[in-house]
Amino acid sequence: MSVLGQVVQWFADPSHWAGPDGIPTRLVEHVQLSAESVLIGAVIALPVGIALGHFGRFGNLAMNVSNVGRAVPSFALLVLAFQVFGLGDLPIIISLTALAIPPMVTNSYVAMREVDPDVKDAARGMGYRELAQVLRVELPLAVPLVMAGIRTSAVQVVATATLAALIAGGGFGRYIIDGLDQQDYTKLVAGAILVALLALATELSLAWAERLLVPRGIRLMTRPLPRQATTFKAA
Amino acid sequence: MQGGLFLDYVDPWINWTWLGSHVAVFSDAFLQHITLTLIAIGVGLVISLPMGIVAHRWRALRNPVLTLFGIFYTIPSIALFAILIPYTGLSTLTAEIGLVGYAVLILTRNVVVGLDAVPKDILDAADGMGYRSVARLLRVELPLALPAIFAGIRIATVTTIGLVTITAVIGLGGLGQLILQGLVENFHTPLLVATILSIALALVADLVLAGTQRLALPWSRSA
Repeated sequence: MSVLGQVVQWFADPSHWAGPDGIPTRLVEHVQLSAESVLIGAVIALPVGIALGHFGRFGNLAMNVSNVGRAVPSFALLVLAFQVFGLGDLPIIISLTALAIPPMVTNSYVAMREVDPDVKDAARGMGYRELAQVLRVELPLAVPLVMAGIRTSAVQVVATATLAALIAGGGFGRYIIDGLDQQDYTKLVAGAILVALLALATELSLAWAERLLVPRGIRLMTRPLPRQATTFKAA
Repeated sequence: MQGGLFLDYVDPWINWTWLGSHVAVFSDAFLQHITLTLIAIGVGLVISLPMGIVAHRWRALRNPVLTLFGIFYTIPSIALFAILIPYTGLSTLTAEIGLVGYAVLILTRNVVVGLDAVPKDILDAADGMGYRSVARLLRVELPLALPAIFAGIRIATVTTIGLVTITAVIGLGGLGQLILQGLVENFHTPLLVATILSIALALVADLVLAGTQRLALPWSRSA
């Protein structure tokens, strides 16, 4: 039978939808590891990127952090964290968080830099204090690019969480790694399809969230060619 | 103390004696890493230059092509390799389909962006000077788009060097093999040395490309 037929059968088998190695359990593991890492990463990266962008300081640092992030292989990062922290979710979350930070720093920095200086002057002239100006004038204008950075990070974290299976983590990566070990190509391909779908779903749902979050007023101002997030692929 | 000898053994982060006797392993892996990267970028450029030019010329193609690429780009490399294995096996071809694919996505986008950014005045001037469309493309538009294309090559190269390590899972990997060995054998030396070499390779490649760009395209400094 063709690989595709076998994969369809694999998905139709009810035993693959229950238990500790079932699709729902693996989905929850994958999403939970990814979501925790992106959240922790955002809490660290966004204030840094936004502050650097607002004050226009350390621009090289903010830009190069993505370059260095690209240069560090995510696979090596996971294995190193595993050697230092041992088994469990901790090394996975630490390395995924480290991976999530660079695109968010760079994009939020660029987002804040691109706010029209005239708008900042106007805000100052209207009597906005520093913090109010950042929160109520600059940030709303920066939201599209900031969100693009979060999206890039999230998709990369979901992709890299697959590799966590190599260091005994859960998630959909289990099907791929176990499938390779057991030479079970059906399981391997099924796992790959699940991971690809989850990455796509992450991208699409965050793109949709971005729509909701972007203030209506500046949607009209969106240039015909919306600036894309820094290209970042780690896994 | 007695009997504790085995348990007390702590794997040092770098075992220099072992490293000294295994230099060849590292140089082989390093060479494979560079080869896999060069093929990916070389083939990627050959595919994406014409593709970017076409997508730039025919406006109707532009957004569908870039959107499709964006979707493909979100597919995790390990998933792509896994899907290919039943068809192309654990081979260099499997690895390169993925590596070339991702490089093409980065490069094509930058070719399109670079060509789009050529100012309209310059195109008018070129037309006025009697350039035909092919000559205008080769002698006016492409040189002006080169800085953006070069930026794409830099990002694609650094990204590919990182992605090559993941091909260790399908039996290749360059330096990734040694990272995997470090994981499987709980042995720090190959893990740490291969990681450092991989990062160094990426940063040096980026610097060399940046230097080449400065020398070869003096006009990109003002762009």
